[in-house]
Amino acid sequence: MDAKVIASAGQPVLKLQDISKNFGGITAIENFSLEVYPGEIVALVGDNGAGKSTLIKIISGVHAPSAGTITIEGQSVTMSSATMARSHGIEVVYQDLALADQQTVYMNMFLGREPVTRLGLLDRRKMIADTEKLVKELDVRIPSAHATIRDLSGGQRQGVAIARATHWANKLILLDEPTAALGVAETAKVEEIVQSLKQRNIGVLMISHSLDQVFRLSDRICVLRRGKQIGVRRTAETSKNEIIAMITGLQEH
Amino acid sequence: MSNANTNAAVAASFAKRINLQQYVVYFGFVAIFLFFAIVLKDSGFLTVRNLSNIVLQTAPVTIMAIGLVFVMSAGEIDLSIGSTVGVTALAAAVTINQYGLVAGVLAGLGAGLLIGLINGAMVAYVKLPSFLVTLATLGLLAGVSRSMTDLRSVPVIHETFVGLFGSGSFLGIPSLMWWTAIAVAAGHMIYRETRFGAHVLATGDNARAASVSGINVPRIRLTVLMISGTLAGLAGLLYAGRLQAAKYTLGETDLMTVIAAVIVGGTLLNGGKGSIIGALVGSLMMGMLNNGLILMGLSVSDQMIVRGLIILTAVAVSLREKNR
Repeated sequence: MDAKVIASAGQPVLKLQDISKNFGGITAIENFSLEVYPGEIVALVGDNGAGKSTLIKIISGVHAPSAGTITIEGQSVTMSSATMARSHGIEVVYQDLALADQQTVYMNMFLGREPVTRLGLLDRRKMIADTEKLVKELDVRIPSAHATIRDLSGGQRQGVAIARATHWANKLILLDEPTAALGVAETAKVEEIVQSLKQRNIGVLMISHSLDQVFRLSDRICVLRRGKQIGVRRTAETSKNEIIAMITGLQEH
Repeated sequence: MSNANTNAAVAASFAKRINLQQYVVYFGFVAIFLFFAIVLKDSGFLTVRNLSNIVLQTAPVTIMAIGLVFVMSAGEIDLSIGSTVGVTALAAAVTINQYGLVAGVLAGLGAGLLIGLINGAMVAYVKLPSFLVTLATLGLLAGVSRSMTDLRSVPVIHETFVGLFGSGSFLGIPSLMWWTAIAVAAGHMIYRETRFGAHVLATGDNARAASVSGINVPRIRLTVLMISGTLAGLAGLLYAGRLQAAKYTLGETDLMTVIAAVIVGGTLLNGGKGSIIGALVGSLMMGMLNNGLILMGLSVSDQMIVRGLIILTAVAVSLREKNR
């Protein structure tokens, strides 16, 4: 696994170059550039309205950038829908998780992408087997693949949403506030799962309001203020004070 | 988490899965059957003729109920099915008498499909609530069927048509039972075992989640209403075949019975969960109830009151389940 990480570490999975986004006359994102490498967790931090959500929507294909280029593993791409982003190996774990509560875990894992048998019927056996395998690998503790989502706890639901993204993403996972609604123990469990994604050689871009969490999980921190990138720091080489100063504008660059 | 804890969690989720709402229709069916079998044992309730009559009489309601399971599972409603029946039966009757069997059947089913298409397009693409759209078409179609033949009833004398959709039989089994069986089997397969069925449930459960998962939510909404319209068209043909005539009153009072059958059968009013087999049993239960109450000598008004009470109970159980 280590050899693999090093082999592909030269090329970023995601490269944003001079991305700008205007809504009418308002500039939401201005000349934003960032690279995310495989096996790396990058945290995106900034105050409310700094443009984090807009950026996530651009990367996930919901909004097209007004200017700039998005490069995925060296290939320049244009994305006009979430479906296109997914076909490029990018998955989003939304803040509301986007799970269908009355359906089973395995149906949610394959929502919109259900495999079928040769007769065109749902291949439940494959869905259940794949779900059980992944849930075990990621150590998401759910009663079974047959469990209904609404019978699960918040942490278990988050685990299912992350497991789904992991199953389909082969390049990048976007995590929008992964633990916002969770208690202490559940947050720890979800963080453990996010950490384990590094071994899968996937890039992770995460939005979080909790600086403690950002320092526990990320390799690099990118600070955004009023649509502009203030700076990127290696987590090991910075401090909370510096990041807070960057977020609030007490320190430029 | 210890092993004992895991087992407890599994047991708890299992207990939650076996809930009242999902099975109430089967208990209800057996209870009502036993009740009538005992109370009405001298009134002919248990005769083969009476029981098979119940199945034949409920065929149109069962077929409409299948359509409504799809619609309600997608989080929508179709209030226009009852008046669609009148229009499609009349369209079929008039066309058969002039242009023959094939044209008549196509006219009936086509009218249903077209009504479903209009309902569906208004809901899916004009983004109006299905409750209001189908309430409007309910009134509109009631007017159309009245004006089509100036309130007159149209006799259907085509022998093959009457055989196919009414009093005929094949391999000793009445054609109405064939239609019911085919519709239930096909509906169940599509609902449970295809991607389309899964997408209908996902749409009704969480339309946003379905949408970001790449499911074409507007198209699902359009399609379920087209299914419902077409099946109401088939129900119209069955009424015309069985009664050998079509009239604007056909299906007019069926809406309440169909909704009751679907909800009692375990389909949630707000979407995301449902059962075709449950709707079949629910429909048979409503038919049996109707039949038993008549044999017990209840007046039409009393029957309506009892039916209304049952729907109230079913809706209460259904919503309690969803909000649990």
